[in-house]
Amino acid sequence: MISREIGRDAGGLANVSRRGLVGGLGAGALVLALGLPRRSAAQGQAEKKFGAAGMPNGWRDDPRIFIAIAEDGTVTITCHRQEMGQGVRTSIAMVIADELEADWDRVRVVQADGDEPRYGNQDTDGSRSLRHFFVPLRRAGAGARVMLEQAAAARWGVPVAEVRATAHAVTHGPSGRSLGYGELARAASELPVPQPDAVRLKDPGQFRYIGREDVGLVDNQDITTGRAIYGIDARIDGMYYAVVARPPVYGGRVTSVDEAEALKVPGVVRVVRIDPPSIPSEFQPVGGIAVIARNTWAAMRGREALKITWEDGPNADYSSDTYRQKLQAAVRQPGKLVRSEGDLDRAMAGAAKRVEAEYYIPHLAQSPMEPPAALVRIQGGRCEAWACTQAPQVTRARLAQRLGLPEEAVTVHVTLLGGGFGRKSKPDFVIEAGLCSQAMDGAPVKLTWTREDDLSHGYYSTVSMERLEAGLDGNGRPVAWLHRSAAPTIAALFAPDPKHEMPIELGMGFINTPFAIPNIRMENPEAAAHVRVGWYRSVSNIPHAFAIQSFVAELAHAAGRDPKDYLLELIGPARTIDPTDLGDAWNHGEDPKLYPIDTGRLRRVIETAATGIGWGRPMPRGRGLGIAGHYSFVSYVAVAVEVEVGEGGAFSVPRVDIAVDCGPVVNPDRVRAQMEGAVVMGHGLATSAEISFKDGRAEQQNFDVYELTRIATTPREIRVHILPGGDYDRPLGGVGEPGLPPVAPAIANAIFAATGKRIRRLPIRDQINA
Amino acid sequence: MATTVILNGTEHRFDGDTEMPLLWYLRDELGLTGTKFGCGIAQCGACTVHIDGAPALACQTPVAVAEGRQITTIEGLSPTGDHPLQVAWRELNVAQCGYCQTGQIMRAAALLQENPRPSDADIDDAMNGNLCRCGTYPRIRAAIKQVVSKGSRP
Ligand code: FES
Ligand code: FES
Repeated sequence: MISREIGRDAGGLANVSRRGLVGGLGAGALVLALGLPRRSAAQGQAEKKFGAAGMPNGWRDDPRIFIAIAEDGTVTITCHRQEMGQGVRTSIAMVIADELEADWDRVRVVQADGDEPRYGNQDTDGSRSLRHFFVPLRRAGAGARVMLEQAAAARWGVPVAEVRATAHAVTHGPSGRSLGYGELARAASELPVPQPDAVRLKDPGQFRYIGREDVGLVDNQDITTGRAIYGIDARIDGMYYAVVARPPVYGGRVTSVDEAEALKVPGVVRVVRIDPPSIPSEFQPVGGIAVIARNTWAAMRGREALKITWEDGPNADYSSDTYRQKLQAAVRQPGKLVRSEGDLDRAMAGAAKRVEAEYYIPHLAQSPMEPPAALVRIQGGRCEAWACTQAPQVTRARLAQRLGLPEEAVTVHVTLLGGGFGRKSKPDFVIEAGLCSQAMDGAPVKLTWTREDDLSHGYYSTVSMERLEAGLDGNGRPVAWLHRSAAPTIAALFAPDPKHEMPIELGMGFINTPFAIPNIRMENPEAAAHVRVGWYRSVSNIPHAFAIQSFVAELAHAAGRDPKDYLLELIGPARTIDPTDLGDAWNHGEDPKLYPIDTGRLRRVIETAATGIGWGRPMPRGRGLGIAGHYSFVSYVAVAVEVEVGEGGAFSVPRVDIAVDCGPVVNPDRVRAQMEGAVVMGHGLATSAEISFKDGRAEQQNFDVYELTRIATTPREIRVHILPGGDYDRPLGGVGEPGLPPVAPAIANAIFAATGKRIRRLPIRDQINA
Repeated sequence: MATTVILNGTEHRFDGDTEMPLLWYLRDELGLTGTKFGCGIAQCGACTVHIDGAPALACQTPVAVAEGRQITTIEGLSPTGDHPLQVAWRELNVAQCGYCQTGQIMRAAALLQENPRPSDADIDDAMNGNLCRCGTYPRIRAAIKQVVSKGSRP
């Protein structure tokens, strides 16, 4: 069994996790897992096209896919979504164990391989895991519970209505008899999966785990003892180690290579060329020269000894300074119309006051602490990969395609991810490992990206220029609103040279802005991509929210109003808006009837954050409060920030209050953690993080100059307010991403309040005194 | 000529190039993957170990420098995984992805060894070299302070 083999190491020190993280279900007494899965989503998908049903391969709710019960009573839950710090392995287990009435101490979690026909969609991005799988996984847990009850009733020859599963056992009320889950597992596994109408979900009042604050993470023990296995930690006996020298400019290629010196480095065994992709390159590696060695250090030294001449290709001139000017010129001209209401020109002409501003956000790198890394071997026509991937099915498909194998011959085991943030949705690094293994006749090769690789060859967050113009009436209220957003699109990964934001980008806090303003025009001027632009936690919401929420505060100032009151006034009264009425047909993939934009919820998070921070209290000199609220991933988040600006413009953040309404909450502790993390990440991109390009090359290669927030600069106190989610029949919102967008504008607004200095370009760095 | 390294109390002989950073010796040669790679240039602290009880960055320490000295990695911090910091880390659910946390715990353990009652500023100073991309800093502080306030000694 692979989970054993991979845990073995040269020194005989087993590093495999107790919870069997690497590798799928083993053989043994996992009897409930027997039987073929019912393709339950097939019918569902024909009827619906939103939510989970709208995703590739949809959803499953068959208990046999997700739950196995051994004869000793151990419940093994298979987590088919990828763990990257959001706590999904714990939260999914909470959902299933709850409906199953399982005892938490007897639950273990294993990680599913990439296999969407079996598990339903596994692509872990878009803040969707619980939003899409809460209900199906409740049904899976409840279905297994019913099977156990039926097995017990049959054993005792009593009506099933007389038995009840609680706390890992089924009891017969009238006679007081009781059987443990382990004793019933085999018989239960032989029963048909109950029809949906035979499965009653628990009354939320009876939940044991869902909604509880004090559930420990299932991976806590392994993480704190160093036994947790990430992609970079995967090991197989006799494996090789590889790093790749990649073209410094996207679209570049090797013209010549002299590997003689590299091959002289002790431990280096082979130098392999990886062909450059055609552009658009989708998820293919960028090409280059791989050095394969006996250990990572030898591979790295071998790479340094390569003599490569590169041809830089069409992006050799890409420089952030000139590109910013280009974007600026673009937003000063009309662009593609993406939303229009009323008569903007007339309203603007008749306005008592006009305000305009432009906001710039540079490229960013997700830079998860674990850089991309993967282990691949090819044996007997079968390929196995161990990878820290957010998208194991996509990884499997692309690996098969590139290696010339049928998809069934490729298995992708998913390790823990040492952070993902969108970077690890793209399997280029796994393909590289596969090509190296192929070049080594299928021997196992672990390929590691260094931090320099990660920052130089990323799938960067887009760079953006946002221009806003508003016309205010005599009372300072906006009667006209023009917003132009220019940013290279992620679509450039998939199509030749697209110039406009895709619907999913437009729908990330741009065209779906729910402001009560009569005359609105939104435009999207052209912008070409010169690097790989990819998802970064919350994606286009970052520039859109930064611009809009900063601009609202600028208007409030121009109108002489309190920025929080002004923001609430722009949002207008509590109402629900069909996003399609705003031109957003995407709505994060969700049914607009189920998930309308609810301005009442947006108002409430803003009011909650404001109350939390003590909005309106007198501030000493050098201190200020700022606020921002944003709707994304069908959740509502507001952030209120206090800043303290010292002599010389250095500033710190003594306090942040972040309020979130993400609907019903499964795991409040992880919601808190995601909000805390979003505040820290948002602080980093607001204050110091930037990837800039010169001559097509990223100028930041490592954490010495790609500066992230550290413990000494992190906001001193972060208070998370989770709004009551209401009953569990309401649809869930996203959690992993929506905390991020409002952080940067709230900080910029607080700086303005403290100093009168308006930040229109991120990162802030030393702009305060500039 | 073999080099001897005393790792978590056990002697290991290494025949390779002693310029190899301890990080890769631990991870690739010995299979002790709890010590992490994050930057390779002394900027992230993911590779923090103890050398003769003091915190050290394994990515910056050639095996030659470690020769003959007592090296402790996360795997050897506590035989049962119950160092007070490890317990506090679990009680407060400090980890998100967890990748940086072994380095954080090793750095914090060295701090408390040297200064059992650190002030907030002492904690920030000591921990500032350890990046956490997931942003767990508030809980890292809280976990260290919980251990300090309980006065539990390793
Ligand atoms: S890997 Fe050693 S400090 Fe980052
Ligand atoms: S917990 Fe993910 S980097 Fe710290």
